[in-house]
Amino acid sequence: MQTPAPFDYVRASSVAETLELLARHGPEARVIAGGHSLLPMMKLRLARPDWLIDINDVAELDHITEEPDRLRIGALTRHATLLASDLVGRLFPIVHDAERVIADPVVRNRGSIGGSLGQADPAEDLTTVCDVLDAEIVIASPGGERVLGIADLHRGPYETACEQNELITEIRLPIRSRHGSAYEKVERRVGDWAVAAAGASVVLADDGTIEDVTVGLTALGVEGCVPGMLEAICQQRPSEELYAEAGRIAAAASAPVEDQRGPVDYKRHLADELTRRVLRRSVERAGAMVPA
Amino acid sequence: MQITTTVNGTEVTRDVEPRLLLVHFLRDTLGLTGTHWGCDTSNCGTCVVLMDGEPVKSCTVLAAMTEGHEVRTVEGLATGGTLDPVQQGFMEEHGLQCGFCTPGMMLTARALLDRSPDPDETEIREAISGQICRCTGYATIVRSVRWAAEHPAEAAASDIKAAEEVPA
Repeated sequence: MQTPAPFDYVRASSVAETLELLARHGPEARVIAGGHSLLPMMKLRLARPDWLIDINDVAELDHITEEPDRLRIGALTRHATLLASDLVGRLFPIVHDAERVIADPVVRNRGSIGGSLGQADPAEDLTTVCDVLDAEIVIASPGGERVLGIADLHRGPYETACEQNELITEIRLPIRSRHGSAYEKVERRVGDWAVAAAGASVVLADDGTIEDVTVGLTALGVEGCVPGMLEAICQQRPSEELYAEAGRIAAAASAPVEDQRGPVDYKRHLADELTRRVLRRSVERAGAMVPA
Repeated sequence: MQITTTVNGTEVTRDVEPRLLLVHFLRDTLGLTGTHWGCDTSNCGTCVVLMDGEPVKSCTVLAAMTEGHEVRTVEGLATGGTLDPVQQGFMEEHGLQCGFCTPGMMLTARALLDRSPDPDETEIREAISGQICRCTGYATIVRSVRWAAEHPAEAAASDIKAAEEVPA
């Protein structure tokens, strides 16, 4: 039987109260949302917080708000809510692609986007999604709010720029026209971490050439977006040759390690093939979003 | 700490340790052993119960988190002497094999049918994809859920009544 080490539990009802509790209970206090990353780690005694601050009642953190130039997603928004949102699927199909392969429907009922990003697991899917979408992360501090680019949130595996007395409150995704995005993952079985995955975001110019492009890889040893992609394929017309070139760049940039999920050459092959697929689909979707 | 939660329609108040998991609260504190305890790692889905109508893996939820919420276990599926159509479906279509995954499967099916009364096979398979049947007999489970979809509450109730009226 796996049981967490003893801790004290308190429920917060607002962001302000959460911050106050984090300050009061000090460095061994942790925030718990869905708990599907933290509780398993606590059961294995990889995490032993003295205090858990439950934010499941903080309703202000559970929202999806469309503004003219961005979509604001509350940190407590569940995976299931994101997947059920037509708005999210229309603006950012990559989020739906990824959510469909995050764990399983039951786990998705509890897990939250803020929790996933805050956990900073190197094989976590939404980090790649936020990387390619150039997301901004809002962090509430005792002194107010600060906004970080996604690249500045993650400092390494399981480590973020969110300090112990701070709270991730919102994820902001920029809305652009003629924009398409896609995510594809290879896993060993339903709900598993990725053997490898790729995400892409493409903006097409008026003449149909590629105006902006980012590709991100999951579980392939690449921090942030694949470097050099924009320079290599922008201002060109989408084609199979172009996708192949992008695939070669992604494979070369990847630095996978051999483990029970597969050998290095297989994972590098996946980096290549998955990059081609997500670019192809992103371009199709960007075309679909061209105003009539 | 003291928590008050509603389990199968009845409000219960108990003293619990904050680290007590929902699955152990249900089984050991309340004696509701219909909720099975399997892998302990949020994988197998045997411990699935409904929290505010949505399936959750009760080995990865703290009992304390259910304070003020509604929990429904397999013991709360039948109404009086009338089986839920899902339970009846598992009987009719042999969805119940060794029985270990059955309570969780039935609760997930109930939540699915509440949301989507006429799910196709793909929808059913997607809904139960977080739950493992080690008898590997998903075909009969899927058929059981379809049976329940085709026999909503009234039909199931009358089926049982008809069965009971058959002379011994």
